[in-house]
Amino acid sequence: MYTNNIQFDAQGNLRHFLSIEGLRREKLVEILDLAESFANIGDQAVKKVPLLRGKTIVNLFFETSTRTRTTFELAAKRLSADVLNINIATSATSKGESLLDMLHNLEAMHCDMFVVRHFDSGAAHFIAQHVAPHISVINAGDGRHAHPTQGMLDAFTIRRHKGDFAKLRVAIVGDILHSRVARSEIHALTTLGTAEVRVIGPKTLIPKEIGTLGVHVYHDMAEGLQDADVVIMLRLQKERMTGALLPSEHEYFINYGLTEEKLACAKPDAIVMHPGPINRGVEIDSAVADGPQSVILEQVSNGIAVRMAVMSMVLGRQQSGELEG
Amino acid sequence: MMKIEIRNGRVIDPANNIDAITPLFISDGKVIALGQAPAGFMAEQIIDASNRLVLPGLVDLQARLREPGLEHKGTIASETHAAAAAGITTLCCPPDTDPVLDTESVAEQMRQRAHSAGYARVIPLGALTAGLKGEQLAEMQTLKDAGCVAMSNARQPIINTLVLRRAMEYAATLGLTVVLHPEDPFLASNGCIHEGAVSTRLGLPGIPECAEVIAIGRDLRLVEQTGVRAHFATLSSARAVEMVAKARARGVPVTADVSMQQLYLTEMDVNYFNSLCHVRPPFRTQRDRDGLRAALSDGVLGAICSDHQPHDLDAKLAPFAATEPGSSGLETLLPLALRLAEEKVLSLSQAIARVTCDPARIFGIDAGSLSIGTRADLCIVDPQARWTISDKTLRSRGKNSPFLGWELSGRVTHTLLEGRVVYQL
Repeated sequence: MYTNNIQFDAQGNLRHFLSIEGLRREKLVEILDLAESFANIGDQAVKKVPLLRGKTIVNLFFETSTRTRTTFELAAKRLSADVLNINIATSATSKGESLLDMLHNLEAMHCDMFVVRHFDSGAAHFIAQHVAPHISVINAGDGRHAHPTQGMLDAFTIRRHKGDFAKLRVAIVGDILHSRVARSEIHALTTLGTAEVRVIGPKTLIPKEIGTLGVHVYHDMAEGLQDADVVIMLRLQKERMTGALLPSEHEYFINYGLTEEKLACAKPDAIVMHPGPINRGVEIDSAVADGPQSVILEQVSNGIAVRMAVMSMVLGRQQSGELEG
Repeated sequence: MMKIEIRNGRVIDPANNIDAITPLFISDGKVIALGQAPAGFMAEQIIDASNRLVLPGLVDLQARLREPGLEHKGTIASETHAAAAAGITTLCCPPDTDPVLDTESVAEQMRQRAHSAGYARVIPLGALTAGLKGEQLAEMQTLKDAGCVAMSNARQPIINTLVLRRAMEYAATLGLTVVLHPEDPFLASNGCIHEGAVSTRLGLPGIPECAEVIAIGRDLRLVEQTGVRAHFATLSSARAVEMVAKARARGVPVTADVSMQQLYLTEMDVNYFNSLCHVRPPFRTQRDRDGLRAALSDGVLGAICSDHQPHDLDAKLAPFAATEPGSSGLETLLPLALRLAEEKVLSLSQAIARVTCDPARIFGIDAGSLSIGTRADLCIVDPQARWTISDKTLRSRGKNSPFLGWELSGRVTHTLLEGRVVYQL
């Protein structure tokens, strides 16, 4: 009842996309390859393929988001699906309606897919467990747990620049504790065979047991960035300044903000990534964010291709032959 | 009153070191003889207990029946009925009812409801502080007179150490036992699962082990200082239990219990957000589970409770952190106690003692034995009968057992309360 394989249907095809944990390397490579085939579609005169014509996709956002929601919407539209955006910035129960009642109402409108962002870890799993059999769920971020399409688009961006994961040293810097992005990146990178994944940050922002996910922990930024091929900066939420996690943004920037000077510890051709939105002068200096090693904006465009790949894979299960075209 | 003979059963009564196949005779609601029928005894009812165990009725130190206040989750009638079906004849109920059990009228109401339902004896635990707010002492003498055997602040923390010290001093004055649930509220914060590998993987806010260890450290010092008799309820960590063991060795008057669930489950059982494993204190590591089992066999953990917390279906139907903690525990208590003997954690007699005479002794309740002349609270169990835990087989209104789907051995066939058959399979 409560196992990860709710992500797969009876034939072993991906029915929901909830977390990267539990997916095999071949499946991740398949997603990356498919995303590659969609990557240049934005440059074409007609930016659409008819793969999901007649399908209805609902973006169900219980937490505000611009980038993720927009790229999911674009991805769905480029696949010719109909898209409905529902923003429930306040809690779903604000009108006394339970999450499940709301889902059943949407199901009754004959939708095919829910793209869900929710502030509770496990929300996407919960929804996937309770939706009607014809509906697929894609996790667009649940609490601190997972943001699997972000993890995949980061892997996609790294692969495009660096190729073979087995030769790479990747450093993830910042608030690992509260970051669903970090968790999904870690699963993606370790599953894809990355040589070393490091996490860097103060002890207040790194869970003690993070090593169980197969990463090395560094508290000193210069040491952690040594010989890194990829540097992923995480967004530092403003609310972390309360609750005694950090003394100030200023002090955080001194120790863990990415400057040109600190970046020099990494390999000269290291790329700099950030899931956005960035806090200039808090976790990253503008000179680096806009510098030659930054691939931050590329990540955004890659997000569309990866989301197209995941959506078409999940919804195109029955007519998988069409995907080849 | 009915005269009953229970024959051919294996009578296990740890309080009296009895383990023998022998007939048991009941009259006027009391056990009147074992072995030989008293002169002139004419049974009006004979129960054949061949191949079955005849045990004292179970004594449960922590069971929430949800009445008054949360009757949609359970009522005294519904939950005592489930208790009878599980062989439990005495239930101690924490004071976090609504209204809080800090007045004699609530205590009186609960006892009356239980009495008219007639399935099990309900013993209220009085509030330690008024409204469980941790500020003002509750009227402990009044509550004691109303039948409360011990005082507890349930799972509400007493943040103010001075208030806790005075509550202990006052309880000690009245010779009352204080029940403590050690958890530092600041370290526990908004956690909903053990802080460890699983919380890290699932991105759920954790409750660190030190939340229990630090709180129990504070509480033990105050117990030593005030001399109150204290009982730690539902411990979850090996280290907390070690601290209790050390304090006991120094002669500090403390006892402790553990919930049956903690003896079988760990953080790993949360798996992918299984809300049935959302409990407080949280299931911890394998090492903790092993430590709890060891403490059970050396007697530092003197009792196993059900920590019964029945819920309505909706309470567990939400993303993990948004679900309500607690599990339905009455009906798995006895089968899982028998399994502890099967797994050689305890001898059969010890395992039964931990859910009968040992808990009764902790709160000074006259129950949990089959001594001649005591109230005939007992259950008859078919230890071989296998059954599957499911929402169909559970009688409690709370179907929220973390053991759903488990196949367990041991089914109660009869339960007697004061010599009256209150349950028959």
